[in-house]
Amino acid sequence: MSATDIRNATIAVLVENEAGVLARVIGLFSGRGYNIDSLTVAPVDAEKRLSRITVVTSGTEMVIDQIKAQLDRLVPVHKVSDLTLEGPHLTRELALIKVVGRGEHRVEALRLADAFRARVVDATVQSFVFEMTGNAEKIDAFCALMRPLGLAEVSRTGAVAIARGERVV
Amino acid sequence: MSATTAPSPATTELRPGAEVVLRALKEQGVEVIFGYPGGAVLPIYDALFQQNAIRHILVRHEQAAVHAAEGYARSTGKVGCVLVTSGPGATNAVTGLVDALMDSIPIVCLTGQVPTHLIGNDAFQEADTTGITRPATKHNYLVKRSEDLAAVVHDAFYVARSGRPGPVVIDLPKDILIKPAPYTEAPAASTPHRSYRPVTQPDMEQIKRAVALLKASKKPIIYAGGGVINAGPEASALLGEFVRMTGFPCTNTLMGLGAFPASDPLFVGMLGMHGTYEANLCMFHSDVMFNIGARFDDRVTGRLDAFAPNSKKIHADIDPSSINKNVKVDVPIVGDAAAVLRAMIAAWKDDSTAPQKEAVAAWWREIDAWRSIRCLAYKQEGKIIKPQHAVKRLFEITNETGRDTYISTEVGQHQMWAAQYIGFEKPNRWLTSGGLGTMGYGLPAAMGAQIAHPDALCIDVAGEASILMNIQEMSTLAQYRLPVKVFILNNEYMGMVRQWQELLHGGRYSESYSEALPDFVKLAEAFHARGMRAETADQLDDVIHAMLAHDGPVIADICVAKDENCFPMIPSGAPHNEMILGPNQEQNARAVTDEGKVLV
Repeated sequence: MSATDIRNATIAVLVENEAGVLARVIGLFSGRGYNIDSLTVAPVDAEKRLSRITVVTSGTEMVIDQIKAQLDRLVPVHKVSDLTLEGPHLTRELALIKVVGRGEHRVEALRLADAFRARVVDATVQSFVFEMTGNAEKIDAFCALMRPLGLAEVSRTGAVAIARGERVV
Repeated sequence: MSATTAPSPATTELRPGAEVVLRALKEQGVEVIFGYPGGAVLPIYDALFQQNAIRHILVRHEQAAVHAAEGYARSTGKVGCVLVTSGPGATNAVTGLVDALMDSIPIVCLTGQVPTHLIGNDAFQEADTTGITRPATKHNYLVKRSEDLAAVVHDAFYVARSGRPGPVVIDLPKDILIKPAPYTEAPAASTPHRSYRPVTQPDMEQIKRAVALLKASKKPIIYAGGGVINAGPEASALLGEFVRMTGFPCTNTLMGLGAFPASDPLFVGMLGMHGTYEANLCMFHSDVMFNIGARFDDRVTGRLDAFAPNSKKIHADIDPSSINKNVKVDVPIVGDAAAVLRAMIAAWKDDSTAPQKEAVAAWWREIDAWRSIRCLAYKQEGKIIKPQHAVKRLFEITNETGRDTYISTEVGQHQMWAAQYIGFEKPNRWLTSGGLGTMGYGLPAAMGAQIAHPDALCIDVAGEASILMNIQEMSTLAQYRLPVKVFILNNEYMGMVRQWQELLHGGRYSESYSEALPDFVKLAEAFHARGMRAETADQLDDVIHAMLAHDGPVIADICVAKDENCFPMIPSGAPHNEMILGPNQEQNARAVTDEGKVLV
């Protein structure tokens, strides 16, 4: 990989579950001009008071190394792990997708949802809400198919990720 | 809250929050606090009134409180402590905080805050202090529970001084300062912090690689920065030992001046935009560079793609994010400067390879040829005082007194002349705003140094424009009888702005003339200080002698040549080997490119 090649990185950050920690991470990215493709956060260990942030970013190798080093020196950060670099990992995103329509469009939407293994979590005579998990590309593809069928609204979580196998952050 | 995780046994006795804060400060070794009262911090001021352990210095502006604490911290190696009120007190402190962040100075700043139930209500003198200072500090805290109070103070001091030091803010709502709170002692030094554990011990494999590179080097350069100063006086002593045992040339950054003695023949001067010709050419032509505690700042590297193009680079820094940030290095070493230097010295002795003695001797002959250009030479002719001459005489006459001397500066030409013409033999004697470049830094910084070293000579080398940015602190000098000397190089211009306008903007001196200046002699007198002035070259020495002899604060107004430029200079966007040496060479210098003009 040359110095100017851009790569994606999915970075897992274990942080103290405390006020302001998300603002520190986001401020770091905006203040230093790094990209955020997606960012998710939630508490993962109530006893140890830890939250996990998953951030998907892109940049040259030097920039990604910088991002990791900058994250790591934030005081409430416990661990920074570059899942992309460290080996095989799983990435999942949850989406809720609302499709409004009647007649043939409705039938087609349901058929495609089935093919994509999206679940119907709400239905009226004029609408469906589909729930779907997968990687970002799969959700993008499903949304693109729904567009002519009455895609009305999309809500996505952004990516969460974890290493395959026994390896832990 | 990370601070609360290593609980030491809480004493059952509850005391008002403000008292708990002071007790924690005392346990952390705080002797002096620089501050300014206001509504939200009245409980702390009340508690200060009722004790004698901590001395409070009342500044005249909160920005100056932080700079004074920086001066105190830099001249002592201790954490500087600041106390300001909510809202404007906190926002006024922000410039100082960013200054400390950029220059890695350990500061703990206590800010008052409206009571917890009013936070977010746009209450009187409310500001989102933790929000505003988040990018201005290394870390900050808002204390919302009385039981966290003492632990947060202890945590703040640990964070401020550990790893790469920096400023920390503790925002204290007024109700928390009043409500009874338990006291917890600081966790034992051996207790690891919950989340912040900077690496201080270097990786020995990297040290060996670094030594192997240096032993094979024919054109080595050791480039030492403020990290060596921050690592304590021992690090500077170790740097001296390492440089002398290798016989390699050593250069210091602006922040690193004093880390290696200026009088040592192995010292080639400061490097960077206004560094010496020999230091910058050493960098450019080196084959191996050992950077210890410096961060490849843009003022040092010049044009990045032409920075030391043929050198292998070793970079030791306590902050992993400094490594490979601007410059890709060959041997990264994460660690405390003292620990790294100790390891380097041991590894140098262990490595049986002979260094390239003859090649290095030839390298020194090259360096001596560059030195013979005498890039800092100037001609003092006639009656008009050259600013370089004023600084040089200040240095020489101060030296003759044999007194321990601390020099602070404001920002601009005078700062660069001070860096060029004052030789520092010891660390912690040079206090200047390097990263942020804060005009108004010098007077409060000198004040802080004087508080820490009452018997030392503390001099602020200033410009007539910068000094006005925190001139109100003359009043603080008077109150505490601090004999700080303010040495103004008065050229009636914001000199560095004027210089850039001359060199880059066709001599259009837009707004850089210091119109309507005060009479600095009368100004000094109005502030209960002595004022003196030198208008001609023959008066200069007398004024310096009189300034040093007076046991009290002095403003010396030195009227210097108005159009003098600071040389040598690496123009913006140029590499090290395209330095402009002086006025005669200006015409020959390559015109600054548009790319260069964009740079600050």
